[in-house]
Amino acid sequence: MTDPETHLTVAESDLVARRRRGRNWAMFAVLAALAALFYAIAIVKMRHS
Amino acid sequence: MPSQSSLIGSSSAADWLALLKPRVMTLVVFTGWMGMLVAPGHLNPVLAFTAVLCIAVAAGASGAINMWYDRDIDAVMRRTVNRPIPGGRIAPGEALGFGVALAIGSVIIMGLATNVFAALALAGSIGFYVFIYTMWLKRRTPQNIVIGGAAGAFPPLIGWAAVTGGLDVMPVLLFAIVFIWTPPHFWSLALFAHSDYARAGVPMLPVVKGARETRRQIVLYTLLLLPLTVQPWVLHLTGMIYGLTAVVLGAGFLVHVIRVARDRQDAAGVSLTNDAPARAAFKFSILYLFLLFAALAVDHFAR
Repeated sequence: MTDPETHLTVAESDLVARRRRGRNWAMFAVLAALAALFYAIAIVKMRHS
Repeated sequence: MPSQSSLIGSSSAADWLALLKPRVMTLVVFTGWMGMLVAPGHLNPVLAFTAVLCIAVAAGASGAINMWYDRDIDAVMRRTVNRPIPGGRIAPGEALGFGVALAIGSVIIMGLATNVFAALALAGSIGFYVFIYTMWLKRRTPQNIVIGGAAGAFPPLIGWAAVTGGLDVMPVLLFAIVFIWTPPHFWSLALFAHSDYARAGVPMLPVVKGARETRRQIVLYTLLLLPLTVQPWVLHLTGMIYGLTAVVLGAGFLVHVIRVARDRQDAAGVSLTNDAPARAAFKFSILYLFLLFAALAVDHFAR
């Protein structure tokens, strides 16, 4: 299989890298928020039980 | 050379967000939240936030699966051709996986945070939108959005169920209101977007029965909607604030749809005003539902 990125110009390669970095940060934010949410749900549920 | 926006693997975080149809999500979240606010009982703010989040994510997941299934239609409609899948920025399989993962996740978290009934209702709403509306009705019948409208009517019912763990007359009425509101809302859009639907082969009412019949049915459904919206007041489930707001908003909606019915048109029923009244009715219908549900909450806290 050929890597599609080998055919990219420098500008396109930069764009792909920038978007990938953006996706990674977004994923980090979602996972961190999810961890915080689960923590909060667990605390609330423990208080009520 | 590939265009910058369609580079393979170059999807941005915004593209993934677009898969969730955030504009549709707004109304879904709002009606779900209002259903939760007016329900008797109390839900811890963290759990209430989680429930609203689950309703939002489930709606988004349904949207993502819908975009995966309808990618052939989206590619030929002007309104949707730049969506992430037809735009080539997200692969169809990735969108499907994303949607299914979010759907399952939202149902499980709803069950853990609130109760099994709310989680089942949430699963039902996703299933209805994906299987009944998207896969079965949308391409087969001009009544697609009439029956499919039930999917969008679930949120206030789910919000209520998240608080109470069950159902009552009020959430069923709220369900019915959104259900009957959907045809005039969607057909107003279909009137001015009918060429797009015709090109994609989607049998929307204006494509199959023509604009004139669509305008007639918009008025009929609105006439059905108005007495329904005052039922919570008539049955003493709400007070006068909601009741009067429903009457005033209903009158406004009726004025808009009468303008749609009386739009200047040629012998075939095609609008000579570029469907200006239908565009106005579509915009008003969104405001209408927002204000109606907001009045419900204001009335609840004022009583």
